[in-house]
Parts: sequence; structure tokens; C-alpha cells
Amino acid sequence: MSAEFDLKIHDTLADANLQLAIYTATGRLKDKRIEVTADDRLPDYQELRTQANALKKHAIDNLDHYLEEFERNVEAHGGKVVYCKDATEVSDFVLDLARRRGARLIVKSKSMTTEEVDLNERLEHHGLESVETDLGEYIIQLAHEKPYHIVAPALHKTRYDVADIFTKELHVARETVPEKLTLIARGVLREKFLKADIGISGANFLIADSGAVVLVENEGNARLTTSAPKIHIAVAGIEKVIPRAQDLAVFLKLLARSATGQLLSVYTSFLAGPRRTGEVDGPEEFYVVLLDNGRTKLLPDRSKRQSLYCIRCGACLNACPVYRKIGGHSFPWVYSGPIGAIITPQFMGVSHEPALPFASSLCGACGEVCPVKIDIPKVLLELRSDVKKSEAREGQNRIEKLAFRVFAWVMTHPRIYELAGRMAGSMAPAGDGKWIHSVPAPMSVGPMKAWLSQRDLPPSPSRSFREMWRQR
Amino acid sequence: MSRDNILHKVRTALGRSAGQAVADVPPVRLRLPEVAMEDRIALMRSRVEALAGKTARVPTMDAAREFVAAAIAGKTAVASNAPYLEECGIAGLPGVRSGIREVAELTEVCARVDIGITSADYALSDTGTLVMIASPAESRLVSLLPPAHLAVVPRERILTGLDELFTLLPDPAAQTSSMVLITGPSRTADIEQILVRGVHGPGQVTVVIVG
Ligand code: SF4
Repeated sequence: MSAEFDLKIHDTLADANLQLAIYTATGRLKDKRIEVTADDRLPDYQELRTQANALKKHAIDNLDHYLEEFERNVEAHGGKVVYCKDATEVSDFVLDLARRRGARLIVKSKSMTTEEVDLNERLEHHGLESVETDLGEYIIQLAHEKPYHIVAPALHKTRYDVADIFTKELHVARETVPEKLTLIARGVLREKFLKADIGISGANFLIADSGAVVLVENEGNARLTTSAPKIHIAVAGIEKVIPRAQDLAVFLKLLARSATGQLLSVYTSFLAGPRRTGEVDGPEEFYVVLLDNGRTKLLPDRSKRQSLYCIRCGACLNACPVYRKIGGHSFPWVYSGPIGAIITPQFMGVSHEPALPFASSLCGACGEVCPVKIDIPKVLLELRSDVKKSEAREGQNRIEKLAFRVFAWVMTHPRIYELAGRMAGSMAPAGDGKWIHSVPAPMSVGPMKAWLSQRDLPPSPSRSFREMWRQR
Repeated sequence: MSRDNILHKVRTALGRSAGQAVADVPPVRLRLPEVAMEDRIALMRSRVEALAGKTARVPTMDAAREFVAAAIAGKTAVASNAPYLEECGIAGLPGVRSGIREVAELTEVCARVDIGITSADYALSDTGTLVMIASPAESRLVSLLPPAHLAVVPRERILTGLDELFTLLPDPAAQTSSMVLITGPSRTADIEQILVRGVHGPGQVTVVIVG
């Protein structure tokens, strides 16, 4: 485990307010999801999941076909598709377009994909103003942080934190009531929307047969981003394409329910090309950036490619006992929770944070709630094996290998096993039948020490099971 | 150029060749329940109200006009170019700007007035949703910029849900550059999970069902 990963986890665990915030927020989202997917509320929930999984599998297995179909249809409606291999290509494209159009101000609606490529930072570095407009993302941008949760980016901020951020960054009178804070943001951002030259959005779905970008949101900032400025750029991962507009009847029913427990999000925008003749408003130019950024690396493996089915609902984060303790910022990249644990190593390479696939108890909750039925525990296991293979290649796990050889030898020799048991029993403190909170110094070293720092040991029994068996 | 490179990588990884057709496309899954009109209306109203939207049901187009006139009561409003609003006589009510076809003017007016009045192409009863299709009749901004949105919908446009919508419109892009589904007032819960309405879009949504 890297020291940074370790440190962030410890910081989060030690912060009682943060623990409560994570626990309450994820708990509420989790309960709402359970309520609206219950049998009496959505009888065909399991059927919809099966269909969503089949559609995603089909789309990813034939990705080139659907990308080309999508591209043809976007162009038929007067839009343009731009393929980008990485962060630099995305920012180069936006910067070049901004330069040619004399654009200075960009409004952005929530997009994990643009977080992935640090688009704001790159644009601001070149003198453009790029403003996040989703309230949570705006708070995070002003605080110079990364989103804490796929769906609730500012989950870790209290109203007092937000008040501090707004007074410092926006020079407004201090308010701590959420309604008033929201109004402040609305006022500032409304101005930006009306002045912006370019709107940049993400995409929840790309529809191959109609060449449309679909955006799902609650605030209306994505609608404003894609309606007010003259230019709309949607930035999407190549895996977002689905075959038909009609498939939305399946995905839309699952997405909002899984994410926030709503039947539908407040706004679902289906956008196909720039404003057409006769239409009163809407952008004059429409671009879709299709981003690779490591996604093609996930395709060759038939099992692991299911990681690309993700519709970013966040349900697996809320269900995950590990996420609910260690929070979003402990994770080494923009994606956190179970989905972060499976895509980060695949996008960035397993050695980026080798401990990541192990940060799971494999309880299976993530796979159970996933609306597109990604078998997350299975992919985690496959990645653990990849980590071990890569460590073996680099000769890093010699001690561990030795330990396992010793373990295997002990386990297959009953006499030795019994002797080892007796030795452990005599070394460990008896604890007088109570749980043991600390162990003698010689036992508290290295990985043992880390393991014991967060755990108590059960009292060691006075007689082993084998002894009892013999004396029965 | 990255296009060909990316597509090539995708094909190689998947073991496909350029232009290879797809097999075993999962069939479309659309279910059309039979729901009587009165039940659709009742469900539509209860869904919208559960989201803190308001609803009203009026018997005739004249009654719709009277309802809207009372709702405006001294406030300012903008109406979309929907023929239905014209037929109801809503577009001509005092205090209502209408007939705007130029984007700069529309933006300026929508950013200033209290209420945006539209019709809706469809409504989805099982979610309480308004379906707004951009066209010369309906713009994007009227239902978006003003703090309140009021939609006047003849009852025959109330569908059961998403499945019926996508049965009627297998490809919405064939007729519009923008179809927006509106389900209740704009909201956020980004600060301490506390629900606040009207963050960027309208904080009040009123659905008037005619007939
Ligand atoms: S992996 Fe599944 S549950 Fe997790 S965010 Fe993605 S779609 Fe949602």
C-alpha cells in the first residue's frame, strides 16, 4: 500500500464529523434506492437489469460499429465528432476552437470524464475561464478539490465549509442556510450562463441510431450549458454509446432510481446536433468529443471489459462498507468506491496503486446493486491476480511468497499445525476471556502492526478444538 | 489523426474487422400497459404533486385561459409560440409577452419575467413528466430561465410512460435537435443532502390539464 493511500484512509477514519457525513449521505441514498426498486414499486427491476446488461455487453462487444453509426448520425444532423486519445488532445481541441471563435468564458456541467482529464485546469492554464455550474461541482472547484462521490461531489462539505468557501472566493456576506447559499450560487452562475461563449457537458448516453447525446441532471445547469452558449461541446468516453433511442426506456428507469432514488431525474435532455432551421434557440455549433484515455486497454479481456458498462450511478459506492468508512478522497483517482477500485488499475496500470483491488471485503454488495450487473467482485479478484503477477515479475513479493509456502506446509502437516497453534496460544495475551486490544511488542511489527492497529483479537481459548476432540 | 487510431485499437482488441456487421442485437424492450385516461390523469397529478409541483384540471380551453390569467395576477410572463396557447387565448393575456422568434430577444425576456408559459408535446403519467420538443412552437429557454414554469396540456397528450413515448417516437432526433423531459421543479441536495428547489431551472412547476 502506498503511504499516501494509507495516510488518507487514516485521516478519514480519525475524523468523526466526516465519518458521520459519509455514513448519513450514503445511507440515505442507499435507502432511497432500495425503496424505489422494491418489488411492489418496480416489479420488472431484475428484468430491466438483465436487459441493460445485455445491451451494454452488445454495445461494447461491437463498439467500433456503434461508434461509426453514432458519428454518421451526429454528422447527418449537422454536428461534428472528434476522437481524442488523451487529455492533451481534448484540451488542444477545445483551446483551438476557443481561439478560432474568440471565446473566453466556458460554462461546464458535471462530467466525470472531464474530471478525468483535468480539463478545467488545462483550460485555465491557457487563460480561459472555465466554470463548473453544478452546485456541488462549483463548491469543489472553488475549494480546489476533487469530487468526493460520483453523484454527490461535495458530500464531505458542511454548510459551514460552504459558507467559508463562498465568503472567501466570492466575497459575499456569510450565509450558512443551504437555501441562501444555493441562491448565491444561482445568482453568480446565471450571469456566467448568459455571457458564456462555450458550454461543455459530459454525456450519460450516446445514442447510435439517432446521433444524440443524453444528459441526466436535477438542477438545470446542464440544460443551461447546452442551450444558452453558441457552442456546445459534449465530452464522453467511447464506452457511453448504446444502440437505439428506444433503449433509453430501459436505462432511464434504472439510472435515477439507482443514483438518487428518483423515478426520473428532473431533467433528461436528448440533444441531436445544433439548432435546426425554425427552432428559436439552442447552440449554433455542436461537437461530441469521444475520449479513449485508456478505455481501449480494457477491451481485450473478455471478462474485465464489463467494467466499461458502468453508467456512473454511484449505487456501488453507497452500498460499499469500505467506501462508507474510507470515503472518496482516499482513492487515488477521480473514480472512487468499487467502480474506482476496478477501473483505476485498468486505466492507469495496476502498479499505480497496487493496494486498490484489495481495498474490498468482497462482500458482493456492489455487484448486487449495480443496475447494469457488472460483476465487480469477480473483476476485483482478477485484478488482484494481475497485481500479484506484476509484483512477481518485479520480484516484489518474495517475502509474501515465502510466507504462503510456510503457511501451506503448516496447513498440510497436522502435527506441525497443532504445535503452531499451541505456540500462538502461549504467546498471545490471555485477555481473561475478553477481546484483546493490544499485543506484546514482538508481535506488533510491520504488516502485523498495521493490521492490528484497526482490529482487536478474540481471546485465545484455553484448549484448542483438537484437544477438546481428543478428550471428548 | 486519432480517429482511425482509436477505431483500429477497438477493432483489434475486439477481434473485429472494419465494416463487420453486428449479430444478435438484443430486441427492443418496450411494454405498453393499458391505463384508462382518468387513471393517467390522476397518477400524473399525484406524481407532480409528490415532487412539490402544482397541478390543476380545467374542463375547457376558456377555463385554462382563466386559470392562467389568475396565476399571472400582476406578475410578468412569457409564452412560447405553441399554437395550443394561442387557441386558448393565453398568448394574448395582459402581462404576457409572446410571439418571440429571435434568440437574443427571447433570452433577454426569459431572464427577466416571473413565469414561463408553455404547452407540452406529451406528458408521462407514471413519472409526472413533461416532454418538451424544441421546434418553432416550443423553445428551450421559456421552460428554463424564469423562476416559475407553467405548462398547459390537453389531456389526450398524457401517455402512460417512457415506453409509450419511445414507441411513438422511435427516434426523436428525426424531428428535433432537443427533446427535454421535465420531472418536477429544479432541485439540488448538494449541501448536506438538504433539498433546495429552484437552483438553476424553475423552482415552481405547474401543470394545467385541459379536458
Ligand atoms: S459500477 Fe454499477 S453500481 Fe457502480 S457506479 Fe457503475 S453502474 Fe453504478
